[in-house]
Parts: sequence; C-alpha cells; structure tokens
Amino acid sequence: MNMTRLTLKGPPPVPLEAEVLSPDVIASLRHDALAALPVFLGKRQRRLDDFFTIEGDGSDHLEIHGDMERVKWIGRGMTRGQITIIGNAGMHLGAFMKGGTIEVHGNAADWVGAEMTGGLIHIHGDAGGQIGAAYRGSLSGMNGGVILIEGSAGTEIGMRMRRGLLAVKGPVRDFAGLQMKGGTLFLLGGAELRTGAWMVRGTIVCLKPLTLLPTFNYACTYKPVFLRLYTRRLKELGFSVPSQLDVGSYRRYSGDAAVPGKGEILVGQP
Amino acid sequence: MTYEDKLRPQSSSMLRITGGKVYDPANDIHGEIRDICISNGRIVADVAGGRTIDATGMIVFPGGVDVHTHVAGAALNFARAMIPEDHRRHPPYVRNERHRGGIGGATPTTYVTGYLYAGMGWTTVNEAAVPILSARHTHEELRDTPIVDKSCCVLMANNEILLDLLEAGEIERARHVAAWQIWAAKAYGVKAVNPGGVAAWKWGKDAKELFEPVPGYHKVTPAQIITALAGIVDDLGLPHPLHLHCNNLGAPGNYKTTLETMKVLEGKRAHLAHLQYHAYGGDDWFTMRSKSAEVADYFNAHPNFTTDAGAVLFGDTVTITADGPWQHLLYKLTGRKWGNLDVENETGCGIVPYVYKEKNLVNAVQWAVGLELLLLINDPWRIFLTTDHPNGAAFWRYPEILQLLMDVNFRREQLKKLPPKALKRIVLPELDRQYTLSEIAVITSAGPARALGLPHKGHLGIGADADVAIFNDSKDIARMFAYPRYVIKGGEVVLEEGEIRQIVQGRGFVVQPVYDKKIEDYIRPLFQQYYTVSFDNYPVEMERLENPDIRPCKPGEGNSRTE
Repeated sequence: MNMTRLTLKGPPPVPLEAEVLSPDVIASLRHDALAALPVFLGKRQRRLDDFFTIEGDGSDHLEIHGDMERVKWIGRGMTRGQITIIGNAGMHLGAFMKGGTIEVHGNAADWVGAEMTGGLIHIHGDAGGQIGAAYRGSLSGMNGGVILIEGSAGTEIGMRMRRGLLAVKGPVRDFAGLQMKGGTLFLLGGAELRTGAWMVRGTIVCLKPLTLLPTFNYACTYKPVFLRLYTRRLKELGFSVPSQLDVGSYRRYSGDAAVPGKGEILVGQP
Repeated sequence: MTYEDKLRPQSSSMLRITGGKVYDPANDIHGEIRDICISNGRIVADVAGGRTIDATGMIVFPGGVDVHTHVAGAALNFARAMIPEDHRRHPPYVRNERHRGGIGGATPTTYVTGYLYAGMGWTTVNEAAVPILSARHTHEELRDTPIVDKSCCVLMANNEILLDLLEAGEIERARHVAAWQIWAAKAYGVKAVNPGGVAAWKWGKDAKELFEPVPGYHKVTPAQIITALAGIVDDLGLPHPLHLHCNNLGAPGNYKTTLETMKVLEGKRAHLAHLQYHAYGGDDWFTMRSKSAEVADYFNAHPNFTTDAGAVLFGDTVTITADGPWQHLLYKLTGRKWGNLDVENETGCGIVPYVYKEKNLVNAVQWAVGLELLLLINDPWRIFLTTDHPNGAAFWRYPEILQLLMDVNFRREQLKKLPPKALKRIVLPELDRQYTLSEIAVITSAGPARALGLPHKGHLGIGADADVAIFNDSKDIARMFAYPRYVIKGGEVVLEEGEIRQIVQGRGFVVQPVYDKKIEDYIRPLFQQYYTVSFDNYPVEMERLENPDIRPCKPGEGNSRTE
C-alpha cells in the first residue's frame, strides 16, 4: 500500500493549523500539489512544505514524524484512510472525524476526537482534556466512533458525548462524562472529582474507587453481561484490558439526580 | 488605500445599465427593456460617458429594502456570543484585499452583515428594535455595517416613564417625552413590543389581555399603550408608522389578539411586524392551527396597515426579541440555552437558539402561515418579505422564500415533506397564487421603501438613489436571487460576478421630531432617580452615526392611510 511520509522540520514558533493533513485532502494529490497545500501559521497562510519534508505522492495512508505538539487539527473531518503519527500530536486531532483510523505513538493534546461521528483514534501515550467532547456551545460531543487512550487524560473527557466508545487506561481528571447523553466511557485507571456530573444517559465504567457526587444513587451490585462484549471488542482493537473488566462485579449508581438523569456509573469491586 | 479610504459615502461616477429587463413597479414599469442611467449616486435621465453594463438577458431591480431585521445592538451581540456552534457550521468570510473578515450564520458579524445583504441585492435595512440605553452600541455596530443604508426603531411600549404618563392620562407630555427619546436614540421610527408585557415581565408576569391593566399599573392597558403610541407617531409626523409587535406573539389562539389590536387601531396607521407569529388558532400546542385567512381578510379590508411576513424556514437559527416573557416560554419548551436581559426602565430581551423542524407539527404550521399570509394578502404594497431575521431564518435565506412564492409546484413538493396532520391545519395546499417578478420587486423593495417613508428608495425613477440589483433571468429562482450578477449601491458597483468589488459606506437615516425643550426638566430628575447612567451621557451623539441623513417629519400629515 502506498504511503505518504511527512517529517516536521522543526517545531513552529506559534501553533500551526494544518487541517489539510487528512487522507481526504491528500489522497489524490501529486507531490507538488501536496507541497503547496495551505496551512496557517497564526493568521498567515503558508505552504505545507515550509514546515514538513514530504516523501511520495498523496495516498490514503499518511505517516507523520516529529513532535507535532503545536500542529493543530490533524485529520479534521476525515472520512477514510489512516494517519500514523510517530511523535506527539497537537490540539483537535481527529475533530469532526467521520471514518478512518488515527494512531499516535506519543502524547496528544486537548480536544482529541471532539464531535467525531465515526472512525478510530488510538493514542499510545497520554492525552489532554475534552477528549471526544462537545465544542463550547454545541449540544453534543462525539456521536460515534472509538477513542482509545493508553495513558492518562485531562478534564471533561466525553463531555456531552451522545454515542460511541471512549476508553482510558490511565487516570483521568475532573468532570469525566460531564453532561453525558449516551455512549460508553471506560475509566480503567480511575478518575478525580465530579465524574458524570449532569449526565442524563450513557454508561461510565470505572475500575478504581470513585468519589461520587451525592446526586448519584446506589442501585445494586451485579455482574453486567454486556461488559464481555466490550472487552472482546477492545481486545480486537489492540487495547489490552484487565481481566477484572468482564468478570468482576460492579456497584451500580444511577444519576445524575440533579438534572435529573438516567445515566449509570459502574464502579468495579476489588 | 486604507480600509477607511474605501468607505466613500457616494459616487461621482457615471454608469449606464443597458439591455436589461427593468422591474420598477413604483413607476409602473414591469419588465420593459430600457436603459438605467446613473450619475452622482442618483438615477438620471441620461449620461454621456462612464461605464456601461450590458445587462442583456438579465433583470434589473431596485435595491432591496428590509423593513424589519435585527442586525446590530446589544441583544444581537449577546446572541452571537451564545451560539458559537452556529458560527462553526458556516464557512468564515475570509479577509482579502477588498473586504474584511468575519463570520456568517444566523448572526453574522457587522462587516459580514453588510457583505451578505449587498451580496443578494439588498441595500437598505431597518434595525427594528433598539432600546435607548443601547442605542449608542447599536449605532456603532451599524456604522461598522458597510454598504447598506440603515435606520432603526426605538423601543417604547414598555418604557416606564412613558407608561407612568399614560397611566396619569398625560398624553401631551408623553408626546414630548417620546419625541425627546426618539432624538436621544437617533432613531427613525417607534417600535412597540408586547405593549405592557415586557414591563410586567420584570415581575415575572405578562400582558396577555389587551383591555386589562398592565400588571403593576391600575389603569393603563396594552390597548391604550398601542393607541397612544400610534397617535403620537402620527402627531409627530414620523415617516414610518408605529412598528408594532402585538401581544401574545407565538401563542396558539393569538389571532384573536391580533384582530383586536387591528380594531383598536381603527383609522390609525400602523406596521404590524412579523405577522406570521400572530396568526395562530387553536387552544394549545396540540391543537394549534393556521388562522392566516381570518387575519388576512381583516387586513385586506383595512388599508391603514402594512405588515411584514416574518416567515419561517426550516433549520437552525436563534430567536431574539424584546419580548422577554415569550422567550422564557420558548426556553421552557426547548430546554436549550436562554439569555435574558433587563434593560433598566425601558424594556427587556430574551435570546433562545431554536431549530425549526419540518416534522414538528407546530413548526410546520408556522412555516405555512408565513407563506399563506404572503399569498392571501392581496396587495403586495402592504406586505413585505422578512423572516424577522434571525427569528424565522437568517436574512440570507430570502431567496428560498422567493422560490416558494413564485413556483406553486415547488411549494407543493415541499408540502409533501410536512407531517400529514399539519396539512389539515393549514390552507397553503389550497393556494395557487404565484408571485410575478413585479410583485417580488414590490415586496422586497418598493413596498417596504414606501412603508418606511423613504421616497428616494425602492424605485428606479429619476432622482432615486442609485441602488440597483441585476440578476440573471433564470428559471432557478432561488439561485437567481441568491447570486446577483451586479449590485450597485449609491452609483458604485459593489458586487460583480459574485464578488465584492468595493466597499462603500451607507447612510444612517434618523428623524428629529419637534418637542418642547423644557421636557428635559421633567425627564432629568426621574432619570437621575431611577437610571444607572448619567442623564447627560444618555442621548446618542450625532457623531456616532456615519453619514447621518435627517429625514423630515410632517406633523399633522401622518394620520392617513399608508400609501
């Protein structure tokens, strides 16, 4: 399979907006056209090859090397193909994504997969906040697709998510699943405060003890069968999970009664 | 050349538009091929020299006039801040060497508002609701809205100083206060929104009955506020009649209030704003139905009224109105975001983002009622195209409504998408009328210009402002009106082949009604007692307006039918 390889020449002095780094944009382009694609350094329009060394013509598989911490909007709205990042990724990675795969062998910044509706994002390092979240003002966050994070994550992950699967292996910070409307959020490494605040529907699964808001009511302790399906699916996607996930028992809490909501938080029992 | 250099008020260039089919209904010209000549920003009989635009195969209209829109001011700015998700849905207007940047959507930024209006051939807009307290802000935004000429209406029907005077029966003093307030706001007309209802909203109430005292008052009723303000506007001889947003906007069964309001105004001229929102039958949301036929029948028989449609189109928008109690109800219905502003002793404001859905029974009825009124009101000189921007839809969607009005088959196709229940509650399927191009020129330009009392607008006769829109003569009506070939504002070609070519700055129309200077001695102590700003900082300075144009008032001549 053809592959387009890009290498960042050096960190840009200010954030670089590079939403052209998407298989949908580059797949049909020859090398020269690829090099001339517009990117924005701050408010100034520049060429892609001002910042990247480009090897090969456009293709459905884009491999990007370098520390892209200041490169934003990679894979924005992509519908197909694959992006592999060897290094860190900047903010808004895979935002509004509809299909395809993004794999990051490094860390990712905030707003990974924000408002995505399909596809797979796999971060092998840590991620920032607002993963799979709704942008400010929007009614819904991610509405489909899968986000897998091997490391930790920041605040407000899964904020207003409506559908899809978001799994984090490491610890996450406050407000995970804030105003969640649906979908499934796995917090395998635990979470800090106010998890599930204002959630109306959806499922949060946490394998570590959790400080819950008083507006979540204990319902029962049980062994949910559906978690076996999720475990199988996560393993298929190359995301290893502890055996406790599918065989353990869980305390089920419903809420958030402050809304009131019909969401559920399942807290794994040791 | 700097951006400011480009803001030239008027052109000295000459221009001839030749070969186009001219629609100028104010001068009884309906599709005749003739030349239009322009010099010094005006239409003239002939020119020698200058540029010639070959408009063969095209149609030539006077520039559009929007009689009721919300494009500037504190409320709109609040709405802009409340809907970042809407800004993201629309492509940004990217800055280039000819124009500035900005964002579009339901609440475009100031520069983009000017570009978008001009971009579809509209050259004059009337901002329909301005509290005096935020009039300075409004004028500064209007000053930043390029190309189009602007005017605004000042909100009065809930002003507590005025209501206290009406309660005390001091109509003469109220007239002087109103005139002072119009000049203080540098306004062009007077707007009444839910008379008494917004004042009542400050105590969590509303004024739903025309003949019941406004909550908080013993005597004054909404009916008295309406008749008093209509009388004051006529006595002052303002060019534009009272611009009235009736009580009970949006509520099922409100057509009775609308009919009663028109009866109360018997013999007085008035412009009924966004009539679509005031023509519903039924007892609740489950039984809501169209009563456009009843409203249109009464309206047709009473030539003292003009109106604008306030039509609705399906899709996302944001509702903005001074009608605070209605917005609270809408917030309760939608469960979405809600903004509420209290404008001290003058008015209120509510902002609620909203989605009109064609599968929603109520929304389907609203969509139909706007079109029904446009089709059932016989005289196009008395009903004008608006969406009450952005309440019914953004103004840049006007071409979609024009297609619905001009093509009955297209209309029937759209009707098929409505819920079957809705079809039993509307009369639109029975209406075969199709607008002609001349009638479109009336409802988009000639009619609203006449209703606003702007004799130099809305036509292409000698002496008129050289505001001209040239469209392809195409069967694709929506596309034709959305993408004019040329737009000329004040004699300058501002848009050509789909691109903004140059930016000119429009004028700001204001009126200066006569009032007793001693009225300030009455207002000042009240003001200093109740307001949070200094009296001396209250009136808007003339310098805030770009190219102000003070239009004449004709006291004693306004109390006749609008024509």
